[in-house]
Amino acid sequence: MSAPLPPTAIGSGNEGTLKDQFDSYLSRLKNGEMGSLPAIAAILVLAGVFYALSPQFFLGPINFANMFVQAAELTMLSAALVFVILLAEIDLSAGVTAGVSMAVFIVLIKYQNWNWGLALVAAFIAGLAIGWVIGFIVAKIGVPSFVVTLAFFLGFQGMQLVLLGEGGVYRVEVPAIISIMNDNMPVWAGWAMLVVMALVMAGLSLWDRSRRSRFGLVSKPISLLLIKIVALLGIGGVAVNYMNQNRSQGPIPILGVPIVVPITIGVLFVGSFVLDRTKFGRHLYAVGGNPEAARRAGIKVGRIRIYAFMICAFMAVISGVFHSSRIGNVDGSAGHTIVLSGVAAAVVGGVSLFGGRGKLIHAAIGALVITMIDNGLGLLQMPAGINFLVEGGVLLLAATIDALARKRSGGSIARS
Amino acid sequence: MDTPVIELSGVIKSFGPVDVLKGVELKAFAGKVTALVGDNGAGKSTLIKGLSGVQPYDEGVVKFAGQEVTIHDPRQASALGIEVVYQDLALCENLDIVQNMFLGREEILTGTLNEADMELQATKALQSLSVRTVKSVRQKVSSLSGGQRQTVAIARSVLREAKLVILDEPTAALGVAQTEQVLNLVRRLADAGIAVIIISHNLSDVFKVCDDIAVLYLGRMVAHLKTAETTYSDVVGYITGTKTQEGSN
Ligand SMILES: Nc1ncnc2c1ncn2[C@@H]1O[C@H](COP(=O)(O)OP(=O)(O)OP(=O)(O)O)[C@@H](O)[C@H]1O
Ligand SMILES: [Mg+2]
Repeated sequence: MSAPLPPTAIGSGNEGTLKDQFDSYLSRLKNGEMGSLPAIAAILVLAGVFYALSPQFFLGPINFANMFVQAAELTMLSAALVFVILLAEIDLSAGVTAGVSMAVFIVLIKYQNWNWGLALVAAFIAGLAIGWVIGFIVAKIGVPSFVVTLAFFLGFQGMQLVLLGEGGVYRVEVPAIISIMNDNMPVWAGWAMLVVMALVMAGLSLWDRSRRSRFGLVSKPISLLLIKIVALLGIGGVAVNYMNQNRSQGPIPILGVPIVVPITIGVLFVGSFVLDRTKFGRHLYAVGGNPEAARRAGIKVGRIRIYAFMICAFMAVISGVFHSSRIGNVDGSAGHTIVLSGVAAAVVGGVSLFGGRGKLIHAAIGALVITMIDNGLGLLQMPAGINFLVEGGVLLLAATIDALARKRSGGSIARS
Repeated sequence: MDTPVIELSGVIKSFGPVDVLKGVELKAFAGKVTALVGDNGAGKSTLIKGLSGVQPYDEGVVKFAGQEVTIHDPRQASALGIEVVYQDLALCENLDIVQNMFLGREEILTGTLNEADMELQATKALQSLSVRTVKSVRQKVSSLSGGQRQTVAIARSVLREAKLVILDEPTAALGVAQTEQVLNLVRRLADAGIAVIIISHNLSDVFKVCDDIAVLYLGRMVAHLKTAETTYSDVVGYITGTKTQEGSN
């Protein structure tokens, strides 16, 4: 193989002009690889409908910022679930895992006089330990995750009561925790956040391009990167600018991007980096796509499963911190209902329940859809029943799209 | 004659009271395609599973390039340079061609996946086999035809610098044109100096591409033949047990 290789017809999908890239994107859509597109369409439609029905409230500055704060909890939990859904597993106990971990947090502070930082570390360690136990039972003993986590879901509701006492409600008196969901960044920091995001996006992309050219490979047209950055700055700019307006109705001004926003974006970024650019992430997708193939390729499938459940539990605890921050206390009922919305958000955003397909950003987009429905119907003072009906309908629609897309892209449904 | 890449002798394997392999010999040489044929239940897959480490033999001597070795798990087999392309191929449909070819042996640079390096190596491996049917190495495997998938699975063994490639019924599910392509691929694999063992029930494929034919009948190797020196009906005779070879067994 020392002779120079003849020019080849084998490409890499990076060739061609901007128009070629656009055409190949369209053909991927036609093949059922729609990703988040249906969910993004849903966001636009929902925004239009709710705005038409209650113009003074829905896209008003108060509600706009509020919606991001509301969505953060669900986004984090849904993103947590993506790690196990990618393996075609489920974690019904993610919400109560967060609840138990926050109970550990508050009990250590109140009864053991722990420093809150250490108590928070303990809460995360508790979450990781729970994730490890679930993962071990699923991966090594072979009990289906649906059953294991259903058992934990029931058991941990009891554990919360044991830790906190019947009807126990404890105020979170840690300003740093409370401010996550209730305080905003200074105006300049919102802009700085956006600039950092654009720089990171450009930096990663240029890094990839330089690696490719070092190996003599072509990259996608640079104009595509420019378009993406302009879109990020445009959409992000409008949002940041809007959140930087004073939304207070009283004398004390309230303005700025809520603190939870950069935290959420940061966690999603790190998670996506792990999924897209590390060996572990690649192996996670492989196990989700075909566990037998992964095993024969020498991947330690059981270990990947355990790590996935640990990551899921860890991120669920972050969601629990957000929750406690928003409502200002820890009680025995935290996390009981959110997990189903979390699954719904992931599926609505385009994560496949069949495993192997989906990204964290899909969970975030799906969470925004669910939050908008919640929020919009709430503003219209619809009865809660309508809310559930609409969410259920949207979930069913999304799952149907998933199944149909899968059929189209050649995989058979029956096999899973 | 030079040393075979793989040489089995006296291989025995039983499942409880059922003796599946009853003292089997097999040789495969670098640059040659050896067919392993035999009726259903003859023990072909069992013989292969022992070589790939999935299901070790009970008894017998395995020599790799003249050295006696023991293969107890798939890692040992692949460390020696033995790659098996299973009939079900074992590809991840949700990953692309490059990702599948490097699965489990990803190239890493500063802690992250070195996609460019992997893409280039995968492209070169496909080129070295003169693959023309694949449009882009970044296509998802779910979008590939059966023949293209077989191509990817075979090219993966080239990438891993295999010395012995074993294919279990590579053309069983393919149409005429795709069978032709895969057989050409198998030939080029051998021309690159790799020893190839191919299990097949399709004798016309066997005669088209193989140099040697080994016939397994009820757990015994009843014939070792040169394709050039034998006939279709002889092979059928050995497979069905109506004919036996002098000196063998
Ligand atoms: N794990 C096992 N336990 C018990 N018997 C087995 C096992 N694996 C194989 N056998 C038996 O061993 C014999 C040989 O099987 P093997 O799969 O090796 O045949 P084969 O030559 O590959 O057949 P085919 O052409 O149908 O694939 C069969 O009778 C089979 O029933
Ligand atoms: Mg067989």
